[in-house]
Amino acid sequence: MDDLLREFLTETNESLDVVDVELVKFEQEPNNAKILDNIFRLVHTIKGTCGFLGLPRLEALAHAAETLMGKFRDGAPVRENSVSLILTSIDRIKEILADLENAEGVEPEGSDEDLISQLDAMSLSAFSEEAGSDTEASEETADDVAASEADEAEQTIERPLRVGEVPLDDLERAFQETAVEVEMPVDAEADVAEEQVAEEKPPEAKTEAAPASKKEDAKDAKAAKKDAADKPKQGASVSNQSIRVNVETLEHLMTMVSELVLTRNQLLEIVRRHEDSEFKVPLQRLSNVTAELQEGVMQTRMQPIGNAWQKLPRVVRDLAQDLDKTIDLEMLGADTELDRQVLEMIKDPLTHMVRNSADHGLETTEGRRAAGKPDKGKITLAAYHEGGHIIIEVKDDGKGLPVDMIKKKVIDNGLSTEAELEKMTDAQIHKFIFAAGFSTAAAVTNVSGRGVGMDVVRNNIELIGGSVDLKSAEGKGTTFIIKIPLTLAIVSTLIVEAGGDRFAIPQLSVVELVRVQNNSEHRIERIKDTPVLRLRNKLLPLMHMSKILGQENPKEVTEAFDEDNGFIVVMQVGSQNFGVVVDAVFHTEEIVVKPMSTMLRNLTMFSGNTILGDGSVIMIIDPNGVASAMASQAGGVLSEEEEESGSETEAAMNSHATTSMLLFSAGSAEPKAVPLSLVTRLEEFEIDKIERSNGRDLVQYRGSLMPLVYVNDTLSLRTEGTQPMLVFSDAGRSMGLVVDQILDIVEDRLNIEVGSDVPGILGSAVIKDKATEIIDLGHFLPQAFEDWFIRKELSEHALTRSLLFVDDSSFFRNMLTPVLKAAGFDVTVCSSASQAFELLENGEKFQVIVSDIEMPEINGFEFCEGIRRDQRFRSTPVIALSSLVTPASIERGRQAGFDDYVAKFDRPGLIASLKDVLSGEMEAAA
Amino acid sequence: MNSNDNFAPTVGDTTQYVTVIIGEQLFGLPIEQVHDVFVPDNVTSVPLAPIEVAGVLNLRGRIVTAINMRNRLHLEPMPDDQTGMAVGIEYKSESYGLVIDTVGEVLTLANDSKEPNPANLDQRWSQVSGGVHRLDGQLMVILDVNRLLGSMMREPMAA
Repeated sequence: MDDLLREFLTETNESLDVVDVELVKFEQEPNNAKILDNIFRLVHTIKGTCGFLGLPRLEALAHAAETLMGKFRDGAPVRENSVSLILTSIDRIKEILADLENAEGVEPEGSDEDLISQLDAMSLSAFSEEAGSDTEASEETADDVAASEADEAEQTIERPLRVGEVPLDDLERAFQETAVEVEMPVDAEADVAEEQVAEEKPPEAKTEAAPASKKEDAKDAKAAKKDAADKPKQGASVSNQSIRVNVETLEHLMTMVSELVLTRNQLLEIVRRHEDSEFKVPLQRLSNVTAELQEGVMQTRMQPIGNAWQKLPRVVRDLAQDLDKTIDLEMLGADTELDRQVLEMIKDPLTHMVRNSADHGLETTEGRRAAGKPDKGKITLAAYHEGGHIIIEVKDDGKGLPVDMIKKKVIDNGLSTEAELEKMTDAQIHKFIFAAGFSTAAAVTNVSGRGVGMDVVRNNIELIGGSVDLKSAEGKGTTFIIKIPLTLAIVSTLIVEAGGDRFAIPQLSVVELVRVQNNSEHRIERIKDTPVLRLRNKLLPLMHMSKILGQENPKEVTEAFDEDNGFIVVMQVGSQNFGVVVDAVFHTEEIVVKPMSTMLRNLTMFSGNTILGDGSVIMIIDPNGVASAMASQAGGVLSEEEEESGSETEAAMNSHATTSMLLFSAGSAEPKAVPLSLVTRLEEFEIDKIERSNGRDLVQYRGSLMPLVYVNDTLSLRTEGTQPMLVFSDAGRSMGLVVDQILDIVEDRLNIEVGSDVPGILGSAVIKDKATEIIDLGHFLPQAFEDWFIRKELSEHALTRSLLFVDDSSFFRNMLTPVLKAAGFDVTVCSSASQAFELLENGEKFQVIVSDIEMPEINGFEFCEGIRRDQRFRSTPVIALSSLVTPASIERGRQAGFDDYVAKFDRPGLIASLKDVLSGEMEAAA
Repeated sequence: MNSNDNFAPTVGDTTQYVTVIIGEQLFGLPIEQVHDVFVPDNVTSVPLAPIEVAGVLNLRGRIVTAINMRNRLHLEPMPDDQTGMAVGIEYKSESYGLVIDTVGEVLTLANDSKEPNPANLDQRWSQVSGGVHRLDGQLMVILDVNRLLGSMMREPMAA
């Protein structure tokens, strides 16, 4: 693609955004000639440039749109349907442009005859309808009367065209095109020059000059003069004062200034150590200049937030038409500036919120009348600075959030219980709309109400370090308040030390710091070798930073654990909470993030590096990387260690099947096991806390009653002391599985060798050289709540999605199927890839597929590639499930076409991933 | 990639090389690829990085990835009392520092004294060598920076 075309694309896209805004304004004030002139000029420029660049399809469309707008300029009445038609044409132009960009400058195939003929028809009828009623316009200036009358006579015929007749406009276009073709070879340069002149001057000068009519020429010249009188002043002043600069140049400048700031900090550090240095004064000056320079460069990255709002008037207009509401969109503080990177990232969430306000927030016209409000609903967007942050408010004067409806939904969805809701304030209840899969719309409209939305908005905003809050008064309206940082280039981090090196952790993901001491209330406890922290009645999984980073000296690591002065950085990534143990915590520092060198970019633990004030380089921890390391702690890190120590193949074999299992005894002597990842907590209750009611044992647990379930009848409660139990929780409900003793946590291969007919036991496996019974959790959950699996299917009936689950191991099929069912999926199970292919071939439809990787005959990668080859299933999300989670295998999975890759025992991870891919899919459909 | 394209500094029939010593072996780097020579100081190690990566360091405000050449060439690690020197080079607009034992002199060598890699040269060496020069009393192996760093980019990292 040549530079000229690229320039054209950038420029045209900008122009089109402006046209969108202007057209909506124009519809409201049809008599504003200035707005019309603006639109006309922009479309005209597009048309002219297309002709020059040899883009006939675009040119023809732009021409037809221009002709219609020309009619408006000449005084034809503006009707809503004609504005809609022009907007549709503009959309088409955008589509062609996008294709043009993708195809490196080749105009896409296709025809716009449909639109062009509509546009032409409307141009033709524009004046015929106007002729009688609206003569005022044409009589405005005496000079123009003759011109427009001639014009009218020339271009309008009052009867439909007969066969064989050609509309005048087509003739005119044909004429023009021929003229250009003749002209080109003779004097191409003149054409270029002309083109440029045409762009600077009012647009009428060029193209319209070609057609024959002398009268038109005269008229255009007049118009040109008139325009020339008021345009160039503002036009020139704007174009002379700004230049286009490549974003890369700016980024580079920004980097260099960051360097300068860092160097200055170093110098200041040095001078501080020397009293009475002669450098002090000049350095002070340097410091000031640097600060100003930094500010100046930051300024160049800043763009008014109005750029992100540009599309909104159009969106609101279209919505208002669809929904049959009248909506007034007010935008305040459009010139508030923020970093362009941030701007890009809030565009979509903002659009979504405005759509939401228009759809759910505002009542229908009747509703508003009934509530005694003006017919016209109002949405206000406001942006302003507040202490290093930008605040954006999206406000509507609609019906506000219905608290009762939210409560009902919350209970239906099992997000909270009625008792808990009773204690909450309205504001707290309002916040539930940010929960995943929540929509207050009673019915699904084509605008919104699909159950994805506010949680996605919140995620996007949180991704850039922002937050979103809301205020709502029923009957009066809702206000969303978005708070976002000014820039992403500078990040606040916490500097910590682990294994002798310093690391920076982004403050954003740090929830709190806990200092652990052996004698204090916070201390590290251990289940076998797995360290955990009891923090406010929750067990927080812990991992030492050195272990995550695979640093040497495991001995030192354990010592650090036992030390009195350990620090735990409690981090939150998404919904995952975990603690990272570090040796020391220093201070917080604002740093400029620099990307990692290409060679090191595949290290997922780091998001970048930077130079600190003292001149040393420090690695910046990527919280997401740490979170996934925690999740696959058993698989990933373990296999890494083994690979380091021994033969790679052996390690791979081992990591293949090792699973964290919790061993316990209950009822009988032989040990029983359950996958650790399924257990929510381990608890011990005083015997006298166990109550009996309605024929079953219960304990009061976190404000509600938790039923207790026994592994088998031979097990009986202890008579004194405490009773250990495993707590399983799901969607706000908990069940306690009573056991005799918790024995151990082991990493071992899980191979069920002998099946079982005893209900509640999946079979036996050899764990730690002993035959161990593997518990079937799916058997016990319904004992606590009969409707454990059923209730969700009922309440979320509308949301139930079909899922295909492929796994060769019956253990996993038995274990995960109930889990998936509980999450609201209609699960179909296959024991091999070939069986799955068969189902798919038979036309079974699934919304999502979850597949194991390690399978005989056809493995998961091949299975996925097979699915992806088939047109019908190309867009079906497929999630890989594997006990082998290493960067290499994840990459392999990505290449095979998997949408996500989840560790086998990471049950929350699987559910989250399912939610992710499905909401992504819904978004795309929206 | 034709590595010979990068050996353009032929003044007439000669090429200028900066010589370095890595584990007693003399190597030569085409002079225009060498941006600076510095003492690697205050190197921050990068956990989980390949073993050849010595770490990252700050060189006049730029973050430079230091490559331990002894590890890269599968030689014995440097004795503890020796810190070595580093040669600053640029590859795909990123800065790298090759940590070597010592820097020698600049040699101007006639191109016709250059010979292809001996067939029996260690595979791991011939991968990064652009040929050999016969000098008085010793041989100088030409380091091909593009192949040296390029192969590290492609190498799958430890899983």
